Amino acid sequence: MNFKNGQELEACCVETGKSIAQICIEREMDLTGWSEDTIRAEMRKDYDVMRQAVDRALKEELHSMGGLLGGEARKLKARLDAGPTVCGSLMSKAIGAAMGVMEVNASMGLIVAAPTAGSCGILPGSLLTTAEQFGWSDDQIIDALFVAGAIGLIITRNATVSGAEGGCQAETGSAAAMAAAGIVSALGGTPRQTLDAAATALKNVMGLVCDPIAGLVESPCQKRNALGAANALISAEMALAGIPSIIPFDEVVDAMYKVGKRMPMELRETALGGLAHTPTGCAICSRIYQ
Amino acid sequence: MKNLSVFDVIGPRMIGPSSSHTAGAVRIALVGRKIAHGRISSVQFFLHGSFAKTYRGHGTDRALLGGILGYSTEDPRIVDAFKKADEKGITYSFSPTDLGEDFHPNTVRMLITTEDGEQSEVIGESVGGGSIKIVQLNGQRVEFTGEFYTLIVKQRDVPGVAAHITQCIASEGINVAFMRIYREEKGDFAYTIIEADEEISESAVDKIKAKPELIQTALVVSLR
Ligand code: SF4
Repeated sequence: MNFKNGQELEACCVETGKSIAQICIEREMDLTGWSEDTIRAEMRKDYDVMRQAVDRALKEELHSMGGLLGGEARKLKARLDAGPTVCGSLMSKAIGAAMGVMEVNASMGLIVAAPTAGSCGILPGSLLTTAEQFGWSDDQIIDALFVAGAIGLIITRNATVSGAEGGCQAETGSAAAMAAAGIVSALGGTPRQTLDAAATALKNVMGLVCDPIAGLVESPCQKRNALGAANALISAEMALAGIPSIIPFDEVVDAMYKVGKRMPMELRETALGGLAHTPTGCAICSRIYQ
Repeated sequence: MKNLSVFDVIGPRMIGPSSSHTAGAVRIALVGRKIAHGRISSVQFFLHGSFAKTYRGHGTDRALLGGILGYSTEDPRIVDAFKKADEKGITYSFSPTDLGEDFHPNTVRMLITTEDGEQSEVIGESVGGGSIKIVQLNGQRVEFTGEFYTLIVKQRDVPGVAAHITQCIASEGINVAFMRIYREEKGDFAYTIIEADEEISESAVDKIKAKPELIQTALVVSLR
């Protein structure tokens, strides 16, 4: 059981009548020789670490290595607790959780790279918050993570998920695509809708550059993770409402890769362009490295 | 994508903030610790390229020291690596350096000294996503990743030595994935590096070492 792209994945589902999660698990069984239980247990560990990271940021005061972030999850929580929010409860919780996991990451806490450390807030932020809202079982959450993984595998194979290679569109865009697909699938979307959600999330941030201040995974990364969580939610909402992606998922992945390739190196994680190269960004950089 | 696991995409579980500057650094130092082979008393880290520039902000220093202490990439004690090393009486230093254009931007050169005074030099590159490459051992250019079970033999550069090593490996029934010999331009020593998919037993290593006239050291390193 294997798939090179979204089209093959969808065909697999149609031919076998199996879900994307099941196909991803069976592929992993072929690859590792492990049992389904072992593979699910491994994903369960990832899920537990994601959950712990979300909770930790709400409980503890975390100090990031570069000092550019800290306390954002708790600020958003306080605002949510105090009264009406602009975003509504689910969205507010999702962006808070995404930012919180980035606080844990930036303070040398334990996270799950999903797909990268720089985008580690997006899946926990959007997918786990939605799971809570809808009361998914642990097995449903784990299935959703395998769906996210299937999308991540395809993007890694056919393009890139690294900011250094393809800009932030590749990193936080891929995380959002993975999360959107997981959410749609768990909420009963078809394989096509699942791929549409992933395509939409990637399209929404196409061209986004990677410009971390002082080269650290803090700013603008943390807010881009909040954006990624929101992107996952709106992309899932659209797909579940039956709004398709005009450009099919595989073509979007290809386009994203080509856009990434054409980005100058200054805008791919080198901290030589974008926000990293503003007067303030440069001042922060020299303060940190003086 | 045949070899790419879903847990390469959702995972690894790691101490942040950066797979290349933190997790990769831990893994390079873990290899260094195994190569040093003994109780480590001091270590000097020379940081090259982006490692030199951003090591403090990425916690690369703590990550490297954590690896020397034997911590895995998901061990929360990495944050306290300075304190833990102090407690163990391990001395350490970090200095930015320029190793030249031949090295990857995320490279560290480590000089590791054990309590019995042995010093090892290891240069490792963090090539992305937490993957690493060891590219130099005690002045000799080499190449291995630690993803396999890796046997490192330092041998006298004389006839018959390669045959001895392969015989020992074959007699233990170990299936070799890669084998390479690296020799100094002018020198008496060479390195053989063998990578295998399965564990390389202590008895295989002992058999290899049983001919001290040919073999100086042999040890197994693995990040699995
Ligand atoms: S801007 Fe930050 S989050 Fe975006 S790709 Fe670059 S390092 Fe990652």
